[in-house]
Amino acid sequence: MLDLRLYMLQRITALIMIPLVIGHIATMIYAIQGGLTAAEILGRTQGSVFWFLFYGSFVLAVSVHAAIGVRVVAHEWLGVVGSSLRVLTIVIALGLAALGLQATFAVTLA
Amino acid sequence: MSSQKAERQLKVSVWRGADAGQFETFEVPQHDSQTVLDIVSWIQHNADPTLSYRFACRVGMCGSCAMMVNDEPRWTCRTHVNKVARDGELKIGPLRNLPVVKDLATDMDPFFDKWTAAEAHHHPSADRHDLMAPVDMQSADRVAANTAIECINCAVCYAACDTVAGNPDYLGPAALQRAWTLIKDEKDSGREDILAAISGTGGCHNCHSIGSCTQYCPNELDPLSAIANLKRETVKNWWKRNA
Ligand code: SF4
Ligand code: SF4
Ligand code: FES
Repeated sequence: MLDLRLYMLQRITALIMIPLVIGHIATMIYAIQGGLTAAEILGRTQGSVFWFLFYGSFVLAVSVHAAIGVRVVAHEWLGVVGSSLRVLTIVIALGLAALGLQATFAVTLA
Repeated sequence: MSSQKAERQLKVSVWRGADAGQFETFEVPQHDSQTVLDIVSWIQHNADPTLSYRFACRVGMCGSCAMMVNDEPRWTCRTHVNKVARDGELKIGPLRNLPVVKDLATDMDPFFDKWTAAEAHHHPSADRHDLMAPVDMQSADRVAANTAIECINCAVCYAACDTVAGNPDYLGPAALQRAWTLIKDEKDSGREDILAAISGTGGCHNCHSIGSCTQYCPNELDPLSAIANLKRETVKNWWKRNA
């Protein structure tokens, strides 16, 4: 159910997420100094191609990573197999990507 | 004194039937140094000759006597009753994760079919006219493989593995561990075939590294680490091919 290709996809997306999570947390720690407001956050992210790419790549990595993880749980615990398993994996990946990219777009380039 | 000891009774529940069935309870006299296999044999000799089970060597060599003892997989010929009985009771069932033929005998075919599927057999690198490949017993590869070669095919690890339980295609710890020893064997020429066989949908990448296999292996082998090594090997290979 997990072959080498899916395994590598999940590991590589994890590697991509590590610096992005560290960057996100570092920015949050920096940003909340002296309080936190929506206006302040939007002031930093709106119109920024950098933040779009930063969170956009995070969203894509999470979508692939999480879809493979859920695939394993669905197979081992719920007995989902074959094409249903394939469809489920793809739907979860696309769904997470759509939600995440929409949110990222809304606070950056919209 | 000894007659007193002989009078101690053990309450033993034994699985009867195939995949559908039920536990049947027997009273068995308890002795010192008695193994779980002794208990099963006693029942068959003295209480119910129709009880089916499997054993051969009685000394931990052949790997045929594994059963679930109080819900944990064990080699019954080397498991002392006084180590596993709880409050004078013992529950003995057929190995987990395998179809039951009858009573305590499981169908081992799926277990051995997976050895074949994992290419966990010798791939000759020479014929009888060639010199034997020299094996350096001190080489790092040999030392690594040595820790994994003493497998007796008992399927205790296979029964202990929750990933096998949830994912019937998973090749399982024993077959994957053998694949690993062959990759490290100078005399085996099957490296590419083995790597391909253990990288498919039932391959080593399904292992969750929880280590029940290593915890339960009666020979104190470490399939968990062998599988981790296989993963490393396949990843190295993947980068070489794709980078
Ligand atoms: S470490 Fe892997 S092979 Fe061993 S019991 Fe866990 S999932 Fe099974
Ligand atoms: S690895 Fe250990 S538990 Fe598994 S089949 Fe071999 S000897 Fe038995
Ligand atoms: S009877 Fe041979 S290992 Fe137990």
